[in-house]
Amino acid sequence: MTDLDPTTRDALAELLLAMADDEFVLGFWDSEWTGIAPILEEDVAMSSVSQDEIGHARALYELLAEVTGGDADQIAFGRPAEGYRHAALMNHARSDWAFTIARRFLYEHADAVRLESLAASSYQPLADLAVKMRREETYHILHFDLWLKRLAEGGDESHARLAAGIDRLWPDAQTVFAPLAGEACLVAARILPDTLEAMRARWLERIRPRLEAAHLPVPTTPGSPGADGRTQRTDEFAWLHGEFTMVARSEEDATW
Amino acid sequence: MVAVAPAREAAVWAALADLADPEIPAISLVDLGVIGGVAFAERPDGAERLTVDLLPTFVGCPAIEVMREQITDRLGALDLADEVVVNLSFAEPWTSDRITPAGREALRTSGFAPPVTIGSAFGGELLTVLPIATCPYCASRNTTLENPFGPTLCRAIYHCADCRQPFEAFKPI
Repeated sequence: MTDLDPTTRDALAELLLAMADDEFVLGFWDSEWTGIAPILEEDVAMSSVSQDEIGHARALYELLAEVTGGDADQIAFGRPAEGYRHAALMNHARSDWAFTIARRFLYEHADAVRLESLAASSYQPLADLAVKMRREETYHILHFDLWLKRLAEGGDESHARLAAGIDRLWPDAQTVFAPLAGEACLVAARILPDTLEAMRARWLERIRPRLEAAHLPVPTTPGSPGADGRTQRTDEFAWLHGEFTMVARSEEDATW
Repeated sequence: MVAVAPAREAAVWAALADLADPEIPAISLVDLGVIGGVAFAERPDGAERLTVDLLPTFVGCPAIEVMREQITDRLGALDLADEVVVNLSFAEPWTSDRITPAGREALRTSGFAPPVTIGSAFGGELLTVLPIATCPYCASRNTTLENPFGPTLCRAIYHCADCRQPFEAFKPI
């Protein structure tokens, strides 16, 4: 438990849940590539990347459990589908490889901007974790930047599929930076050193030149994400939720 | 206290010295650099607690719980304190520069290229390019990165163009 006042504590819990759910849900989506990725190396790579993300989610859920006095496993697996707070970007099923790469590219850079900021958080346990996760995520960035380039330059079909993926995901990618109810409180307490909108601007600056260099469209709309960016759930996510809670539901209160 | 603290702490380090990493048994946990520190302290009830800080190589490393059990079992059997606690810590991030020279040699002789030193101490630079690796079999640097991701989170897969061996490298991080 922490000595934060209740308002700040709730705001911190909201931020931790949002980040943890982003990593958790994307980790599960992309773990589906294990065994069926286009090449053997990507079976291994996508499995490893997914294991990283689910590991990061676990650490964040544990931090959240310390803050709220809850239980990390219960938070991860014990909620109904509508209780998850991942960005709408993570609502989509994995679709084809180009779509997956488009999402990874958009998300990894967003996550990097978020972690860079949080490395200076006044909430030391979160700052420590952000510093550590950033070092690992660097491998993801390098890997998916390379895949973006590879598909963009691979031929007409891979370019077209990648462009379609970016276009379709663009509005939902903004929602990684959707405003949080407690954001002003977090910024005032320097738990969140930058506003989410400032982070979104930084993210756009970073991905725009990469997309342009790959001759991919850079959509200009929409602008700022709405407050509902992390509360809309889809049938596709409801299906995934059924999958990843299956074991937990089959034997409630089981211990490992 | 019966003995002076540094001697007792040295006994803890000595007891941990041959605990093997669960994923790469050729290297010990101490040489891997995942033991951040050991400390004795008195609990509020007067009993004595021995705390070992464990610094995970990767946040999502699935071997963390195995390491925790290994450490607790080993130290618990020695009656060094009333209680042994393994504390997972990110306060000082583990980086591959924490691997000792002995640990690097143990990796190399068992077929893993040790990580290049990237000055990755706290606050250090992040990687901007994927690193090269020296072949652990023939010492050639004429190698190519096959996959920055390998069979565990901390390993990458390379190929040596001279001795034509695939090999793994411990990731610099």
